[in-house]
Amino acid sequence: MPKQIVIDPVTRIEGHSKITIHLDDTGEVQDAHFHVTQFRGFEKFCEGRPFAEMPSITARICGICPVSHLMASAKACDALLAVQIPPTAAKLRRIMNLAQLIQSHALSFFHLSSPDLLFGMDGDPAKRNILGIIESHPQLAKDGIALRKFGQEIIAMLGGKRIHPAWAVPGGVSEPLSEEKRERILTMLPESVTLIERTLSWYKGILETFREEIRVFGNFPSMFMGLVTPESETPGATSGKPGGYVGQGGNGRAAALEHYDGVLRLVDASGQIVLDGVDPATYQQYLAEAVEPFSYLKSPYFKPAGYPEGIYRVGPLARLNIIDRCGTPKADAEWTEFRALRRGVILSSFHQHYARLVEILYGIERIEQILSEPGIRDKHVRAFAEPNRSEGIGVAEAPRGTLIHHYTIDENGLIRSVNLIIATGHNNLAMNRSVKQVAQHYVKGSHLQEGMLNRVEAVIRCFDPCLSCSTHAIGRMPLHIQLLGPESEVLDEIKRN
Amino acid sequence: MAKTLTINGQHVSAEDDQTLLEAALDAGIKIPTLCRLEGLSEVGACRLCLVEIAGSAKLQPACVTKVVEGMEVQTDTERLRKYRLMILELLFAERNHICAVCVANGHCELQTLAQQHGMSHVRFSYLYPQADVDASHDRFVIDHNRCILCTRCVRVCDEIEGAHTWDVMGRGTNSRVITDLNEPWGDSQTCTSCGKCVQVCPTGALFEKGKSVAEMAKRREFLPYLTLMRQQPR
Repeated sequence: MPKQIVIDPVTRIEGHSKITIHLDDTGEVQDAHFHVTQFRGFEKFCEGRPFAEMPSITARICGICPVSHLMASAKACDALLAVQIPPTAAKLRRIMNLAQLIQSHALSFFHLSSPDLLFGMDGDPAKRNILGIIESHPQLAKDGIALRKFGQEIIAMLGGKRIHPAWAVPGGVSEPLSEEKRERILTMLPESVTLIERTLSWYKGILETFREEIRVFGNFPSMFMGLVTPESETPGATSGKPGGYVGQGGNGRAAALEHYDGVLRLVDASGQIVLDGVDPATYQQYLAEAVEPFSYLKSPYFKPAGYPEGIYRVGPLARLNIIDRCGTPKADAEWTEFRALRRGVILSSFHQHYARLVEILYGIERIEQILSEPGIRDKHVRAFAEPNRSEGIGVAEAPRGTLIHHYTIDENGLIRSVNLIIATGHNNLAMNRSVKQVAQHYVKGSHLQEGMLNRVEAVIRCFDPCLSCSTHAIGRMPLHIQLLGPESEVLDEIKRN
Repeated sequence: MAKTLTINGQHVSAEDDQTLLEAALDAGIKIPTLCRLEGLSEVGACRLCLVEIAGSAKLQPACVTKVVEGMEVQTDTERLRKYRLMILELLFAERNHICAVCVANGHCELQTLAQQHGMSHVRFSYLYPQADVDASHDRFVIDHNRCILCTRCVRVCDEIEGAHTWDVMGRGTNSRVITDLNEPWGDSQTCTSCGKCVQVCPTGALFEKGKSVAEMAKRREFLPYLTLMRQQPR
């Protein structure tokens, strides 16, 4: 008779979820599921609202990455107005989006995942949290807090507040950048570069100790998707590889990291381009969403490959896998080193941590570049128009991956329908497969061990899923795992409060 | 003939036909109001300006109570504060006031009053009514979710613009402000699209189309000036 292990809730992630591990008669792991247990209903209750409210309403989906929703939503609203927003507005939005990337990656790496990296997967759970880090590695904790603050400060400077700024609006942004603020951001940059470089060199040093985890933490072939710059060496060309799906347009091989705009690119597990140069507004041709009965989170997949074969990953690792270069000097050097970890694309989800650090460095460098561009202080930052289209799609890269907002409106500008594909959703299939892989490697049915179950959670943390706006209280890791026998009797149990 | 009374123990003299609220304002004593707007007639709808008058067990709205010789008035007692807070909470509970995503966030009289009265939460169950948004007008939108039925829009449209497009329909919690004979605003034959209703609305119920969250700041300074100019003989 099969048995089941339940991890509920999964800790040190954003939101609420649980993991069940299904054992067969011999006590071997047969299957494992990642359940998202919360239901929010945003797509439903936005119906009937004036479309201009959407950026601020959807920003409330999350307290960690409100800016990502603000960007995707504002872009969807731009599409409804059918306007080209002023170039300065696009640059300012880009800066805020990068600041968001930096603060969110810092939160994921330092606050949520570094305890596993520092104390080891088998470390004392009482210490294995951010407070333990502050005690034993104060410098690292300080660096993490400072980097997160750096990102948050920029968001607050541009948008008026750190969380849920209402600054990105349909047609642009509500306020231009002052010279004083520009200079303040510029003075903050060098220290942040020092912090992230210090963290990178430390992380590269400890990487070797996680060989086993790297091997089994979501290490499997899948496709990778994200936005890249629309630069093109051979315009109009598609990948031309056998089995490649034809995109519209197509890039050459010089595509760089892109988080705010750009075109969709999909590469397969061998690094071959499957789809390229695709206007993200045509996502429905390529992506479909499946529903599994065990989770409120839908499972998007690559349509031409079918379900569930159309599994792909998004996020920092995917972005570093699909590009040809980062586009900033220091990040490019780190990226080259990162990609040398393995021939072809990097498949282990454990390397999401590494990818996050590279992206933080890129973000800081890129902000500096944009701030130095001419016209950054231009006062013309908003285009005004009435809605000119009844359908609008906005796509941006959130810290966790590609974020899609899709609205339709009626003739008066009231929302008729909303479809949101959140970054974490794209990774749903991959997270489920990763949990299974880790469980099969570490969990042996007869007994439960803290370290092995922490690994099951830790693989989820690699994806930094953002299941809602809530983070768990600092210092507490509530966890409840039950191993159930054939008659649902509790064979073994671990409880942490 | 001038009258003398005391407000909060302070001796105040007032014009014969003044209301308690006007007398208090002249004497520099602030009484919270919501439905009142200088330049429009008084309706005593919101009850926030309730005051205690010695010798009367009943609380009286200062905006529609005339001064009387020798009156002893209290405007800021424990009892009044309790009732004012309760009135504000009931206003919030009656419709769907979601400040964080409201166009008038930061520019809303209801929100400001709630802050001034220390409203940390609402003790009553929300009614969550199904309320519509009418965006059929070219330039303006009415969101009934944010309407508190102060009738400023009704009065300004009738008394200042002279169009009387707005009125009130229904009873109790089913009351709604309507345009013409409850037709879509965009179809209104009487509306001159002057926008005065939008500017006098204390909340985010009436706003300019296309305004994003927290962007709808209202301009109301025009009203007393307009009233004055229209009273002058030509």
